[in-house]
Amino acid sequence: VIDFLSQHAEIIIMLVKIALLLFIVLTVNAYLTWFERKVVAHMQSRWGPHRVGPHGLLQPLADGAKFLLKEDPTPAGVDKFTYYLAPLMALALALTSIAILPFGPNPIHLFGRDIYLGIVDLNIGLLALFAITALSVYGVALAGWSSNSKYPLLGGLRSSAQMISYELALTMSVVGVLIGAGSFSLREIIGAQASRFGILGWNVFPQILGFLCFFTAAVAETNRVPFDLPEAESELVAGFHTEYASFKFAMFFIAEYTSMITVSSLCSIMFFGGWLSPFPSTWTFTHYLPSLILIPFGLWVIWDGVRYETVFGRLILPGLGTVITVVGAVLIAFPAINEFIQGPFWLLSKILTFLFVYVWMRGTLPRFRYDQLMSFGWKLLLPVSLANVVITAAVVVWRGH
Amino acid sequence: MNAPVIVFFVLAALTILGAASLILQRHPIHSALSLIVVMVALAGLYLLMGAEFVAAVQIIVYGGAIMVLFVFVIMLLNAGLEERTNVSKLAGFAGVPLAVALMGFLAAAVARSSDAVQTVTPSTVAPTKALSQMLFQDFVYPFELTSFLILIAILGAIVLAQREKY
Repeated sequence: VIDFLSQHAEIIIMLVKIALLLFIVLTVNAYLTWFERKVVAHMQSRWGPHRVGPHGLLQPLADGAKFLLKEDPTPAGVDKFTYYLAPLMALALALTSIAILPFGPNPIHLFGRDIYLGIVDLNIGLLALFAITALSVYGVALAGWSSNSKYPLLGGLRSSAQMISYELALTMSVVGVLIGAGSFSLREIIGAQASRFGILGWNVFPQILGFLCFFTAAVAETNRVPFDLPEAESELVAGFHTEYASFKFAMFFIAEYTSMITVSSLCSIMFFGGWLSPFPSTWTFTHYLPSLILIPFGLWVIWDGVRYETVFGRLILPGLGTVITVVGAVLIAFPAINEFIQGPFWLLSKILTFLFVYVWMRGTLPRFRYDQLMSFGWKLLLPVSLANVVITAAVVVWRGH
Repeated sequence: MNAPVIVFFVLAALTILGAASLILQRHPIHSALSLIVVMVALAGLYLLMGAEFVAAVQIIVYGGAIMVLFVFVIMLLNAGLEERTNVSKLAGFAGVPLAVALMGFLAAAVARSSDAVQTVTPSTVAPTKALSQMLFQDFVYPFELTSFLILIAILGAIVLAQREKY
């Protein structure tokens, strides 16, 4: 067995990484629903989920169990093959896109090997991501068509029209970044943003137009508010997934949240320096920031936990708080670990910020009308992103001379 | 058989099966889906030859944009099952011999050129940068002219689609 393991170490490391990443992404997905419900609830002066577990923290588990155990009827008259294929395609493509993202600058040393943080490091990383995004529309469009029902069909139609329109602006808006970095590799795009002054080197300052166009188009690609016309509940019942129940419905849900994570990561990587710290590299004391956040937060969770109404909460929350505090203390105690998590820490903070922006928009913005959506995409977003390409190219040429 | 050869045959089989299914399926959407399989498998073949950029663009443009338009139109028209008609006589008499002849020519051409065919290693194929230099420096005029042609075609389509003046 040892022999076999050492001979096929590469494959086994890869499989373990894939399993780990899947586990993390699906867990984050589950808690993203909790996060979204909580934040939107507080924006609307409600409490949000708070019955299942302390602060509703076990609600995602209950939802997951519900999705798995519910009856899963297949409506009569659906196109069986496509009906089953659509949610699979949506989920598989959404999860594949995560595999291309890099999560940290330095490989981790384990068992005498350098293990890269992320699944694959493609030198056409960004193009590959766009290729996967280009295919992911089929999940929604085919779900709408195969249901053999009016509202889903309208949802599927809207979705494909929306995707075609916004993909142009999405692709155009990153050309500026690509001209600057001179590479499709996500690692090199981050590397090109490194500077002695931290935040000043990030792409978002020279490429502010590109960033705004990219984020808008990306929100449209993920079918989120204010571009959620394919599932507009006030017009189309539930849009393309009206006829889906149980876990097939959950698959669309997971796909949507996973693509939210991908888009947030892409925004952080391409425009906000990825794993680079916003502070100048000489400010080494900022490396204690993760601990400075974790320890007070852990102590606050303990303090909140001992006063919680239910016995269960009084048991769980202080335990959770202790774990968080201990992690923060470990980071101070072992500088090597602290140095290693700097990159992932900044990347995750930026991703979380963008996820919050997603939820924030859902709590704030009304939905576009269909004609507004089309004229916004074609008449504003596309020209602006094209202008951004021209301006960036002109500046690069002018600087070269 | 090493891994690239196995991958090649899997992708080639997928391409051919997809193409056959494209013709044999009776529903337009299923045909469109088969065509997507062909496009993606072709992209895999390009990737195998080390042409990463072409592979990605193949999926983005053909697998994504163009096929989404196909699916969109089929859904919009709500096209139903195709009706099968009797096979035309001409197809039987002329088509089958012609197809066999074409197969023969292709097989002969491939068999004759087998010495010249070399396995492509990724380093010998032009990377993205060399490709863009070819497009935008060496062949910039044909490239721009082609873009212009496409633009004219798009304008023509818009003029035809516009029913009345606003």
